Amino acid sequence: MAMGVTGGQKLSGLQKQVLNLYRGFLRAARNKSFEDRHQIELIVSEEFHRNSKQVDRKDFVYIEYLLRRGKKQLDQLKNSDTISLSSMKVSGAESKVQ
Amino acid sequence: MATGLLRRATTTPAVISPISRLLLSRLHATEASPPPQSPTTMKTFQIYRWNPDNPSKPELKNYEINLKDCGPMVLDALIKIKNEIDPSLTFRRSCREGICGSCAMNIDGCNGLACLTKIETSSTAASMVTPLPHMFVIKDLVVDMTNFYNQYKSIEPWLKRKNPATTPGKEYLQTKEDRKKLDGMDECILCACCSTSCPSYWWNPESYLGPAALLHAHRWIADSRDEYTEERLEAINDEFKLYRCHTIMNCTRACPKGLNPAKQIQQIKRLEAK
Repeated sequence: MAMGVTGGQKLSGLQKQVLNLYRGFLRAARNKSFEDRHQIELIVSEEFHRNSKQVDRKDFVYIEYLLRRGKKQLDQLKNSDTISLSSMKVSGAESKVQ
Repeated sequence: MATGLLRRATTTPAVISPISRLLLSRLHATEASPPPQSPTTMKTFQIYRWNPDNPSKPELKNYEINLKDCGPMVLDALIKIKNEIDPSLTFRRSCREGICGSCAMNIDGCNGLACLTKIETSSTAASMVTPLPHMFVIKDLVVDMTNFYNQYKSIEPWLKRKNPATTPGKEYLQTKEDRKKLDGMDECILCACCSTSCPSYWWNPESYLGPAALLHAHRWIADSRDEYTEERLEAINDEFKLYRCHTIMNCTRACPKGLNPAKQIQQIKRLEAK
């Protein structure tokens, strides 16, 4: 998702939003139990890294879509009733289930 | 050259009278048989497609169906296309009779419920079906309603009392006259046709509540059993939340239930001015 996190490089607004979302997920994971936290961090970082490689950095429409989807998922994760996060592979395409 | 002009002169009247043709088709619509002018019953639908799983530019895809073996409404056509031509077509639908508000979409440039909108049979031109305007698309015709529902939530759409009921466990009674004041408001099904047709809402979707939420705000302000009228009025007395309504009236035109959100917003403004 176009995250060139190199020191000193100025980040675009969209890049900042993506990093903020990632930070939000890591913070939300802190409120879960130890094993679940580890699991959440694994899935989230895998998802962000995969998208950062696969998604064209100029495809703003799609990146914004992913941001909105991520925000929604983060809101669900923040809820104290949500205890864990899991993902499953569906014939090549990956989907998230909570 | 002369024949060309002549031909154009003879053909133009038929082209510039879509209104009369529309009226004609409306008259015919009550009868069982399709209008006799159209020998062909094939109809093309241009449907907006966008799939997040293999991202590319959104596109309009053409589907041709035979109207002879299809129901009269746009939703019937969509279901037929999904069943017989392209199972990947995605849209929301539930009740198919205009009571759930799920199938709100933009049909031939007008917001409406697919289940209450008749397929245009008077012209052979393709019908265009797109998602509600200025909403984030999740997939094909499905839009993200989060902001819309949050705005509805923000007006606290439930009965709020300061004094508890005299007899606990009993309903709060209201006179027939007081109940009548709620007519034209409690029929709203929150389909979002009105809000998404409002230019003011397009430009300020975050700050302006939009016709649907304001209509519901007035529904609770006007309720004789609710005792937080003052607070409710104070909560929406805001330059953006309420006064972005410039009585454009698109909401009233769009409402598939025949309600008048613009009038209800006007009532709120009148109460605020008091």
